[in-house]
Amino acid sequence: MSLKDFFKGLFGKESKEPRICKKCNEEIKYSDLKANHIICPNCNAYMRMNAFERLEAICDDETFSPIDEELTSKNILNFPEYDEKLEKAKKATGLNEAVVCGTCNIEGKKTAIFVMDSAFMMASMGSVVGEKLTRLFEKATAEKLPVVGFVTSGGARMQEGIISLMQMAKVSGAVKRHSDSGLLYIPVLTDPTTGGITASFGMLGDIIIAEPNALIGFAGARVIEQTTGEKLPKGFQRAEFLLEHGFIDAIVERKDLKDTLSNLLAIHTIA
Amino acid sequence: MSNLTAYEKVAAARGNKRPMGGYFIKNMIDNFVELHGDRRYGDDGAIIAGVGFLNGEAVTVIGMERGDTIEERIKRHFGCPTPEGYRKALRLMKNAEKFNRPIICFIGSSGAYCGIDAEERGQGEAIAENLYKMMGIKAPIISVIVGEGGSGGALALGVGNRVCMLENSVYSVISPEGCATILWKDATKASDAADVLKLTAQDLKEFDVIEKIIDEKDLTSEEICSNLKNYISEEIITLKKMSKQELLDQRYNKFRKIGR
Repeated sequence: MSLKDFFKGLFGKESKEPRICKKCNEEIKYSDLKANHIICPNCNAYMRMNAFERLEAICDDETFSPIDEELTSKNILNFPEYDEKLEKAKKATGLNEAVVCGTCNIEGKKTAIFVMDSAFMMASMGSVVGEKLTRLFEKATAEKLPVVGFVTSGGARMQEGIISLMQMAKVSGAVKRHSDSGLLYIPVLTDPTTGGITASFGMLGDIIIAEPNALIGFAGARVIEQTTGEKLPKGFQRAEFLLEHGFIDAIVERKDLKDTLSNLLAIHTIA
Repeated sequence: MSNLTAYEKVAAARGNKRPMGGYFIKNMIDNFVELHGDRRYGDDGAIIAGVGFLNGEAVTVIGMERGDTIEERIKRHFGCPTPEGYRKALRLMKNAEKFNRPIICFIGSSGAYCGIDAEERGQGEAIAENLYKMMGIKAPIISVIVGEGGSGGALALGVGNRVCMLENSVYSVISPEGCATILWKDATKASDAADVLKLTAQDLKEFDVIEKIIDEKDLTSEEICSNLKNYISEEIITLKKMSKQELLDQRYNKFRKIGR
């Protein structure tokens, strides 16, 4: 299935509008952004990519095939304002949930892929995100496929309470079974990756890649400052900080991501 | 069963005198030998771990502890484990697996330690590694929430074949205060938040997240500890009859079915 069919033109319509760079506040024409990998041409800030843009940048043409796209969240705890938030997120993104899962080819190599979209409730993980990821890893295990995942998330989804928290263990279990089968998993950590996602599948890759300057951490920076009264060091919880402390393998620029992933997939291909 | 509201249970779970991991280890485990350190960087005071006997059965036991006196609480940073605590716990779980010993985890903490140093040493990575590795430990694991089960920092010892809770303990993705702040921009509405979060032992039993609630009403700490000891003993007997693969499958499927 082609991406455009999959998204039924929702992004096509939305994405042509100019966007404002949050760093320099400049309004950027979409065509200029697109030509520059959704990086601000004015100040070089990495702006957040939506699921469509990410898949388009990584998957070979016409190779992406979605899995479990029909799954949608229910308000299991009858949590206040959750139904409204879900509706709003669906409308804004054209997605049913915060993660898109499927298979694709990357430079001809068949791969299971997931892409989280921060425009959907900060890509927080509730039961559907957890279930879709678990099914993707289980499918990749059964079909002996590597998994490449574009990670961004505010953490476990408060609105589904303890069920969200348990998804951290559930997905981690599926990642382990995939790994125990001798298969490759590469998470690409993008801005922002925090809380329960850093504390589960975000940090469980064979090779962990991050985009430049992406915020990656467990506790929120403001919470740490308020709790400890300490001043946070410059660059705290940025990708470069994690690289320096030994928690990620490499920082890769957006323009080089597909080539790097393709190369790593080739190196890990079992002869 | 008690008639406390959700927020009263949160208060009880956090209670100044409520017994935590250290109490249960002291009163349940014979010939306990505490083992220290993560063999990487340090030894975390918020997690007490070691080996001993439970009703004659050799076990590995790991418990979160905040301490009684203010000096001890500072030393144990109020029961909030650092990355070194989670790594020590995992090291001793691997050791238990090697010697085929059941593992008992006592959980009671407002959450993982929050600080610049904890982030520098990979708090997220430490918790992730525990979730991942616990799914593969070839020995029975029983996790007991005895106080406040604070989010990922609690779950990092919670990937058990059996997970049970004391009647007035709670287990939540976020504190009621944090939830109220996000939802209503008002931390004083924590009581309402506690209701909507469905964080009591009774709620979690209904969601099939836990297998068992240990009664507390009208019982002394000694009696609760004794009942909990009996429950753990019986479950160890059941779990020891399972093959290593059955243990792994049972644990995987227990979590696999949540939110399916």
